[in-house]
Amino acid sequence: MANYSTSEFRSGMKVMLDGDPCSILDNEFVKPGKGQAFNRVKLRNLKTGRQWERTFKSGETLESADVMDREMEYLYNDGEFWYFMEPETYEQHQADAAAVGDSHLWLKENERCDITLYNGTPLSVAPPNFVELEIVETDPGLKGDTATGGTKPAKLSTGAVVKVPLFLSTGEVIRVDTRTGEYQNRVSKS
Amino acid sequence: MDWRPAADLAAIRQRSELLATVRRFFAARNVLEVETPLLCRSGITDPSIEPFTASCDNGAAPRYLQTSPEYAMKRMLAAFGEPIFQLARAFRDGELGARHNPEFSLLEWYRPGFDHHRLMAEVAELVSAVLGERRTEKYSYRELFQQRLSLDPFTASTAELASVARRHLDPGDLSGDTDLWLDLLMSHVLEPQLGRGTLCFIYDYPASQAALSRIVPAADASVGQRFELYVEGVELANGYCELTDAAEQRQRFERDNALRLTRGQSERPVDEYLLAALEHGLPNCSGVALGIDRLLMLVTGASNIKDVLAFDWQRC
Repeated sequence: MANYSTSEFRSGMKVMLDGDPCSILDNEFVKPGKGQAFNRVKLRNLKTGRQWERTFKSGETLESADVMDREMEYLYNDGEFWYFMEPETYEQHQADAAAVGDSHLWLKENERCDITLYNGTPLSVAPPNFVELEIVETDPGLKGDTATGGTKPAKLSTGAVVKVPLFLSTGEVIRVDTRTGEYQNRVSKS
Repeated sequence: MDWRPAADLAAIRQRSELLATVRRFFAARNVLEVETPLLCRSGITDPSIEPFTASCDNGAAPRYLQTSPEYAMKRMLAAFGEPIFQLARAFRDGELGARHNPEFSLLEWYRPGFDHHRLMAEVAELVSAVLGERRTEKYSYRELFQQRLSLDPFTASTAELASVARRHLDPGDLSGDTDLWLDLLMSHVLEPQLGRGTLCFIYDYPASQAALSRIVPAADASVGQRFELYVEGVELANGYCELTDAAEQRQRFERDNALRLTRGQSERPVDEYLLAALEHGLPNCSGVALGIDRLLMLVTGASNIKDVLAFDWQRC
């Protein structure tokens, strides 16, 4: 693997630090007129998601991390692993619960997701920003109540629970913003 | 590729006004404007400053682009003894960031007969002439560390300094001598808070950070009569009550070179012209270098140095 020196650090670069793959978010050169030069580097640990700043002596190097982002199709879950397929090669990858995290709440079969691979294995899974999912369980819809602004919990086919307007019923399909978990609009009536 | 200037026309005009203000300031005080060469046979020995080298025709030794006009201006002081100033370009390889451009503008001036405190007062007048009146604060380097970090920078061990640093930031497996940790604390923890709404001078540095300032013995630890000016968390100027002793100057060059070798850097030729000038006799004086681009950043409110440069490093 290549080594990068502090002066080459750029936002988006993937490096190994303390044994974990990290993404560089920002790199600031700090140097007193007389004295040691440093680089204050903002990083995100790609395994844990933790963001923090680490200071290096200028000129130090880090090994690049074998990390790449791929768009893949979500296939199924066998109870232990989630399976994804690369659309061009049909190559399948299995992701464990640590990699999938809370994203499993938004994974719909045959939807495209962004998978981050580390040494060829899924490290994290990002669902599309918006997904359309069916309501499988909610209180009966209040007919015609489209204006009061009240909400109720609704369980979706993936297991996610979101707040929806009172007029929606089981069987209807809604659009959800996966970044906030918020209801966007109704897609179809049953 | 972007052929257009990085700075807008307003910033270019403000630079022009700033330079005019500086020249008026010194004209009113009978300080002579001078020019000195950019390409010299010897560079700087300081292990943390890298000059650019320029190759020359006919197998002549390469020349160094100056990292500051200090040595040449001291030779003029030794020859004429007149107060002088220069608006110069300086070059430092690898120094690139939001506050650094490898090619930059320095205002450097020397005052025979001034000690560093008198020169600090003049620096405050100049900066106030540019930024408007500001209150001046002064702390010795020792006071600053004692007040803000409950630490004596002259006696603290490397381990103590490292442990205080780790409370404020993540230095990973950083290792080094006392000065490395002091530099880290100064640049990362203290500096961002200095000069908020004021002009903040820090003076009397540990002897190991004296650079080219005179070292005077103090009660328990000797201090380098060096000062720095910070404004809005930005290091703006660095000055000295100048070392005038040729033998000690040669020792410091040699110590720098020894340090360079331990760090795996190559030795640098020492400036024999400067040493000869000091042998002849440099008047007691103080001198200071002030970053013109950073001062202009304070004038315009720019947070990145490229916004005050017509063409920054990436555009030329």
